[in-house]
Amino acid sequence: MDLTLKIWRQKDAQSEGRFVTYQVTDISPDMSFLEMLDVLNEDLIRKGEDPVAFDHDCREGICGACGLYINGRAHGPLKGTTTCQLHMRHFRDGDTIVVEPWRAGPFPVIKDLVVDRSALDRILRAGGYISVNTGSAPEANSIPVPKEAADEAFDAATCIGCGACVAACKNASAMLFVAAKVSHLSLLPQGQVEKRQRVLRMVAQMDEEGFGNCTNTYACEAECPKEISVSHIARMNREYLAALLTSGK
Amino acid sequence: MTLNAKIPEGPIEEKWTHHKDHLKLVSPANKRKFDLIVVGTGLAGASAAASLAELGYNVKVFCFQDSPRRAHSIAAQGGINAAKNYQNDGDSVWRLFYDTIKGGDYRAREANVYRLAELSVNIIDQAVAQGVPFAREYGGLLANRSFGGAQVSRTFYARGQTGQQLLLGAISAMNRQVDLGRVEVYPRHEMLDLVVVDGRARGIVARNLLTGEIRSFSAHAVILATGGYGNVYYLSTNAKGSNATAIWRAYKRGAFFGNPCFSQIHPTCIPVSGHYQSKLTLMSESLRNDGRVWVPKKKGDRRPPNEIPEDERDYFLERKYPAFGNLVPRDVASRNIKEVCDEGRGVGPTGMAVYLDFSDAIKRLGRDVIEQRYGNLFEMYERITGEDAYETPMRIYPAVHYIMGGLWVDYNLMTTIPGLYALGECNFSDHGANRLGASALMQGLADGYFIIPYTIGDYLADLGFEKVDTEHPAFKEAEKEVRESIKRLLSINGRRTVDEIHRELGKVMWDYVGIVRSEEGLNKALGMIRDLREEFWRNVKVVGSERELNASLEKAGRVADFLELAELMAIDALHRKESCGCHFRVEYQTEEGEAQRDDEHFAYVAAWEYQGPDQPPRLHKEELSFEFVTPTQRSYK
Amino acid sequence: MNTIRALFTVSVGKKIVMGLTGLFLCLFLLVHLSGNLLLFKHDGGAAFNEYSAFMSTSWVIRIMEFVLLFGFAFHIVEGVVLTIQNRRARPHRYALNDASSNSDWTSRTMFVTGSIVFVFLVVHLNTFFVRHRFLHVQETMYDSVVHAFQRGWNGWYWAFYVVAMVLLAFHLHHGFQSAFQSLGLNHKRYTPLIKKLGLLFAIIVPAGFASMPIYFHFQQFVK
Repeated sequence: MDLTLKIWRQKDAQSEGRFVTYQVTDISPDMSFLEMLDVLNEDLIRKGEDPVAFDHDCREGICGACGLYINGRAHGPLKGTTTCQLHMRHFRDGDTIVVEPWRAGPFPVIKDLVVDRSALDRILRAGGYISVNTGSAPEANSIPVPKEAADEAFDAATCIGCGACVAACKNASAMLFVAAKVSHLSLLPQGQVEKRQRVLRMVAQMDEEGFGNCTNTYACEAECPKEISVSHIARMNREYLAALLTSGK
Repeated sequence: MTLNAKIPEGPIEEKWTHHKDHLKLVSPANKRKFDLIVVGTGLAGASAAASLAELGYNVKVFCFQDSPRRAHSIAAQGGINAAKNYQNDGDSVWRLFYDTIKGGDYRAREANVYRLAELSVNIIDQAVAQGVPFAREYGGLLANRSFGGAQVSRTFYARGQTGQQLLLGAISAMNRQVDLGRVEVYPRHEMLDLVVVDGRARGIVARNLLTGEIRSFSAHAVILATGGYGNVYYLSTNAKGSNATAIWRAYKRGAFFGNPCFSQIHPTCIPVSGHYQSKLTLMSESLRNDGRVWVPKKKGDRRPPNEIPEDERDYFLERKYPAFGNLVPRDVASRNIKEVCDEGRGVGPTGMAVYLDFSDAIKRLGRDVIEQRYGNLFEMYERITGEDAYETPMRIYPAVHYIMGGLWVDYNLMTTIPGLYALGECNFSDHGANRLGASALMQGLADGYFIIPYTIGDYLADLGFEKVDTEHPAFKEAEKEVRESIKRLLSINGRRTVDEIHRELGKVMWDYVGIVRSEEGLNKALGMIRDLREEFWRNVKVVGSERELNASLEKAGRVADFLELAELMAIDALHRKESCGCHFRVEYQTEEGEAQRDDEHFAYVAAWEYQGPDQPPRLHKEELSFEFVTPTQRSYK
Repeated sequence: MNTIRALFTVSVGKKIVMGLTGLFLCLFLLVHLSGNLLLFKHDGGAAFNEYSAFMSTSWVIRIMEFVLLFGFAFHIVEGVVLTIQNRRARPHRYALNDASSNSDWTSRTMFVTGSIVFVFLVVHLNTFFVRHRFLHVQETMYDSVVHAFQRGWNGWYWAFYVVAMVLLAFHLHHGFQSAFQSLGLNHKRYTPLIKKLGLLFAIIVPAGFASMPIYFHFQQFVK
């Protein structure tokens, strides 16, 4: 199939960006979206032009590196799918596809479609862990965890940190990302000890990074490639309220 | 130089304990006077960084990805082995050790493998304490499943995302140390050289991938945890960015390279669909627990699978290996799949695939159970191929997945350069000629959490606190070389893209240094690799400049190293005149077509020493002695 | 952190305040509506007038008026603050954004629907509350209602009410269930129920209010 691509090109963080239109031909429906961009880039390199920069790594939907805003949707039109797992069979011959980087204040554009998502790491570093030194862990089966709790914790822990929730949210809020970690750890007995401090610190860091406020549009859940439920946001709200009321300060 | 593996004396059960008891220690107050560099943030790197920082060392961590959490350990699906014997099915440390040694076809060190099996139980404890949500039974205790190459259920898993969950656990431990100010992370930095001062590893030169800045970092020791080099085959299940550059530069600075040709081909991957294919996707081996592998008995049978009657199907693994059936080790499965496809009985549009059929399991257990076990894998399959594996059998084909070879390390995980350590997949150590399923995660974490924190103290205790300034001529020299090599890549301005050449290299490697190897093929490959390397340096086209985010330049540097490494792999494969594990030389097979080991001549680790550009590498042998198990011809029949 | 300060400065705290005040305002709507239903009693407005006299004299109600005032004030001020902050969080907007495929439009237009409801509120208070409480007009509350809905703004005042109630319905459609989510009350079993209840609430309450201007406006033509 033949496609018209309108891709955001921006030389670096300081430069103004703009859309550039490219034509790609003979695209196989079995190609992934990134493989289609590879084809474009090979062409550009042959012509001596700068290829389109985009983040990607594992290309099997788990590392969370890729993330493009395709035709107005985070990771494109398919539900529960990262950009690298989006295949061209979901487009039609002759389509025009608009490709933009994630847009959010805390995700500045680095180049073309590459953005800086280090804000997410900084949030996790503000207490998004259980403090246990190597070697000091008790025997694994000494902490039974109800299967339901373990399963639900897993559902939250499956977050790949791609930032699609922020990209899709009209407020550029990172609530689903933060809630996924808060919820994962607060569901498990191991996470109880630090749960109050954890939620207070992570939320404070989230705010400091400049993410917007959640207004419950649930766009995050709809666009999350791992389909993480907004019920985790509710749990975080609950945990936050509990922490506020009992933090003793 | 003679290789000293520093394997402790004594009974195998006591070696590690005894060794630990006699390693030198660094006192708590002195640990903060030492700077350590960790390159790579997968399971091995992240767990090492966390554990070392917990001890009090100053740790600097480097990764090329935008975040440490994206390291490719994240993609491991199936699970992690541990000799917990929670299932009461007769598992033990000894059995895990034995299975691993046997699975590796007796080309790994007994002492290392035993230690790995011993530490496996601690890993599970550690991960659970960090909040890793492993699968559980209704009683709240941990669940297990079985995996290829084993007759017990000892694999712990978190749906099909065990690697992700373990890595996020290790990263969270590391994040805690970042929070406490003991670890400094340098994301989007690529190590481009190792700096050796007075014969000791004292730092690295890295390129900031955003700005192009070339910068030196000094330390008392350098730990490489940079993963495998499966991407030398272009198509592999590795992440696109996975590369050999760090270990290759270390090799060129004097670290020996162990068993470079041992590369594992994973039997259950989604087949190639076209020339544009950029990577291959693994379907977890756990699928072979319930899926049955078959092809039509007739050559060129093009009927849809559901129309092929039962008696016209050949369940070739079950037929040839009645004891293990579909659960034979990876190399055996891969070779057999290639064989039936070469016979013309392959299926799918390219004929380069076999069926993995779940219809019997669905009949027996119900769709719900299968969905519970493999739901996300089936989804992944459908997303990529557009086919529903609940209705029609999956198509699978082998793909390069894991590299057993890597930098040679001693029992302390130190390379032949003092102060340079290699952890996880980038060392050669524990898997011999073939890795068992669910053992890679185990090794990465054992190395990082439980080995390096002990062994590195032994080295540092004698080293002294003095730091080497990055103004030292050795740093300046390395920086200069890095800059020159980048300039050279940018100045060629030829006509072929990096990917074109890489694809071509991959084809040579797959055809001649892949599942099946022969003397003739390997010699041919050597010529082709050399020609291709020459072509690369004459005719490659790299666009853009060095002072910016330049993916084309990054790729070129990595492929340049692959082009050298490929040659070493072929040399190693050629010299090993036997078949063992994944290294299958057609000249050396039993009458039944199984790998024929030659323990008399090849029971050693081939450690190659760099001799300078265009010089043949020098072979050193570390003889392997088997005191506790007796090498036997592997049989999974 | 100081709990009160957190409620007004931290993102999650602000959510909680929005949710709490929102639910409180929902409760107010319910009370207000049930009282106003007396308008439909065929007694020439006697019961309604008695009710409004009670509402303007009871000290309990006077205290509640202040609570209500604060409820509105926090809800409105926080709403404005949130909107401004949320816009700032995305300084560069998408060229193409297909929001309709991932979220309900009523959830994305809370500021717009809320603002119009606010304008309505000002008009509404001015017509009834301010005139009676502060300007001490001499007609009964019932007469004011009838007058306003039959002839106010050249006979279009009632229509403004109906339009405002439609917007209130949209605001409530998202707001009702959203408040529960913000307060952390999300449950596999109960959330679908809350959503249904929210829909019902968002239809019945505004429809109840809208029925009054419609009834009084068209009553004049029937007779």
